[in-house]
Amino acid sequence: MKLKKNEASLDQADLEILKALQEDSRQTYTAIGKRLGITHSTVYDRIRKMEKQKVIRNYTTFIDLEKVGVKHILAIVTVYTDPKETERVAEKLAKSPEVLEVYTSLSDELLIMAKIVAATQEDLHAFVANSIAPLDGVLRIRTSMITKKLKETHFSINNYTRGLHL
Amino acid sequence: MNSEINSRILRTVPREKAFYFFTSIGNYTGASAASLKEFMQRIKEVNIKSLEFHLHRGDFEKWTTEVLEDQWLAGEIKRLQKFGLTGDALRNQLYLTVSRRMKRLTSPSSPVHF
Repeated sequence: MKLKKNEASLDQADLEILKALQEDSRQTYTAIGKRLGITHSTVYDRIRKMEKQKVIRNYTTFIDLEKVGVKHILAIVTVYTDPKETERVAEKLAKSPEVLEVYTSLSDELLIMAKIVAATQEDLHAFVANSIAPLDGVLRIRTSMITKKLKETHFSINNYTRGLHL
Repeated sequence: MNSEINSRILRTVPREKAFYFFTSIGNYTGASAASLKEFMQRIKEVNIKSLEFHLHRGDFEKWTTEVLEDQWLAGEIKRLQKFGLTGDALRNQLYLTVSRRMKRLTSPSSPVHF
């Protein structure tokens, strides 16, 4: 993967800082600086710069909903659409709080894939029936309930070191 | 008065109140009905799994009551649930029930049940 020309230009130190933050965003500037052999103020300046450039979009917390005791189900919903309406349907889906992720795909058919969370199967069905099926341009919908999660992670700077190039 | 009620039952409802045919949880066939007439047509052509799915869940009964506001038809559909019909027998019986209702509602001389 390569960054586009208009993207923020990052040097090796920036990438190392990002890698450190992705491993543990709560560690101190001093700890990061020690690891990289640079001062904590340099770390601070570079992090501020990357925040301003929106390279770092936010700092968040992953919560294990099972341990919190929140009953929920996840599903991958594939929405087949009229090509003229795909973008609009995807944008509407993206605004729903039940929808965690939305992607469009240019495969044989234009389609949208969305990851949806609901309290129960009945809630999931109601959401698909009442909020997706009636949208203009929706041709048909396939829903796959997620039964087991083997991995969930975000794209990491570490991926660059495994064959992807900046 | 009766013709007003008939017209209400026979009206075309907005897209968000239409009936959307699914074959299982979250699996939409692409078929929908925004009026009793369309509903009758879809019964003939939609995947039989969809008819079985919705009849078992009571979705047809709910839609005819809450959206079309046809209590009589809802009652007839509820009766069908008890017969445990499947496959073409279900499709035929459901079609017969709805088409008879359509005929009554559109025929000026026939008395209409409510």
